[in-house]
Amino acid sequence: MEKTVNQKAWFLVLPVLVLVAFSAVIPLMTVVNYSVQDSFGQNNFFWAGLIWFEELLHSERMWNALGNQLAFSAIILAIEVPLGIFVALCMPKKGFWASVCLVLMSLPLLIPWNVVGTIWQVFARVDIGLLGYTLDKMGIDYNYTQDFFAAWATIIVMDVWHWTSLVALLAYAGLQSIPNAYYQAAKIDQASRWAVFRFIEFPKMLGVLMIAILLRFMDSFMIYTEPFVVTGGGPGNATTLLSIDLVKMALGQFDLGNAAAFSIMYFLVILAISWVFYTVMTNLDKRDAQ
Amino acid sequence: MADIAAPRSRMLPRVNGSAVVMVIYLAFLLLPIYWLLNMSLKTNTEILGTFSLWPQNPTLANYATILTDASWYVGYVNSLTYVVMNTAISLTVALPAAYAFSRYSFMGDKHLFFWLLTNRMAPPAVFALPFFQLYSSVGLFDTHIAVALAHCLFNVPLAVWILEGFMRGVPKEIDETAYIDGYSFPRFFIKIFMPLIASGIGVAAFFCFMFSWVELLLSRTLTSVEAKPIAATMTRTVGASGVDWGVLAAAGMLTIIPGALVIYFVRNYIAKGFALGRV
Repeated sequence: MEKTVNQKAWFLVLPVLVLVAFSAVIPLMTVVNYSVQDSFGQNNFFWAGLIWFEELLHSERMWNALGNQLAFSAIILAIEVPLGIFVALCMPKKGFWASVCLVLMSLPLLIPWNVVGTIWQVFARVDIGLLGYTLDKMGIDYNYTQDFFAAWATIIVMDVWHWTSLVALLAYAGLQSIPNAYYQAAKIDQASRWAVFRFIEFPKMLGVLMIAILLRFMDSFMIYTEPFVVTGGGPGNATTLLSIDLVKMALGQFDLGNAAAFSIMYFLVILAISWVFYTVMTNLDKRDAQ
Repeated sequence: MADIAAPRSRMLPRVNGSAVVMVIYLAFLLLPIYWLLNMSLKTNTEILGTFSLWPQNPTLANYATILTDASWYVGYVNSLTYVVMNTAISLTVALPAAYAFSRYSFMGDKHLFFWLLTNRMAPPAVFALPFFQLYSSVGLFDTHIAVALAHCLFNVPLAVWILEGFMRGVPKEIDETAYIDGYSFPRFFIKIFMPLIASGIGVAAFFCFMFSWVELLLSRTLTSVEAKPIAATMTRTVGASGVDWGVLAAAGMLTIIPGALVIYFVRNYIAKGFALGRV
């Protein structure tokens, strides 16, 4: 759509600007402020330059959390994206059962995050949880509070349970936009199932799939509540992700300088990814408009 | 042509294959939720004593505990209060802004739109401490409005993006005709434009409600007693005598209800909402 140039439109945007400035810019400036200062307590701050950033770069703890975070995001993407596409392809196209599937699949997406954590914490317990109990009876030594591998498996399965439906719903929305004529043409050409997927469904899904991947990457990158409830970052620091570490540092130890430098690094990473996201989306919008 | 005309018999096995996949997937999704429901209907002795797939002596005592004990249900009231406040604030400011973004180009519009997006992507953990200090210093700590304003951080961008997505679908000729007919902007916006994007407003409201409802880190950090959300109240079940599993499960089940109640109405827009109106 051609847009009219109208500078007065700023007045319509002003409320949003003021509100978001209050809840985003001011806090962010506080963080920047802390990241370059040191304190001996009691609001007595002095300039510290970049020492917090230097310390951060040499901090084993931060690299550990970042490593965990990248591993977590990579693993859940590698599972959720193919699984989500697969589920979307299996969903009924229309009618009563399509609605049933949509509603039931959306259910995990709408559960408060700490309840998601609670559900899995209970579900995986060896004494009272169905999953833990079954695994235990099958003779598998499973204890997510003690064992490194079990802890990781639990939070990954939890995230797959929680968010695969999002990928599936987006892929499904992409599939719905394919006109029936395409499938008929493929049938006349006697295309194989794989060819239909490769040359018709996949290209049409690509747009929404990019959005799904970037959303999942970003949201998994700032995940806090669910793994915190289930493992609390343990055993040891095995499942300490970036947000868990940051909250521990900022609100637990009140380690302002370190936490602020950490936050800024964290935020810059997110900003870079958001920019990719935005570019991809605007390009897709342009492509759709053509 | 025969292939097109008579695909039924050949289609049948494949449809069944899909159905099997869907049944397995849905079972995977529902099993943990069922387990929570199962536990919420048992007494603690039964939960810890015998392992059973369904409650032997179903009881609603756990739900009764929550609904009669003020320290419990006040948590729900608190959560609902700030969630509703947040939804109202987000929509009020987002509606005109989304209109501006969908209809006009103005200085810095693209940068502004991107900047809004970055706030949706901002990790709440980064904001937890500064929010705590900001709201403490202005005397809003432990009030509902503090949480409502804090959640605007990600809900306002979300609402703007979703609404903009819906508004783009409304042809511009409608605006122009209305102005020619002598409508003023506010009157046009409320009388004509808002009814046209009613479903968009509903979807945006649903997502604001949802994201504010599921968020815990900020709401827990910004409250202590007066405005404590239900999610934080749930940690109370860990007492001296161990965890009160039954009540914990019942509280969890009750937090799922608001989403489950309205999900049917937005089922076709769920994807659009999560993708910020871009599908």
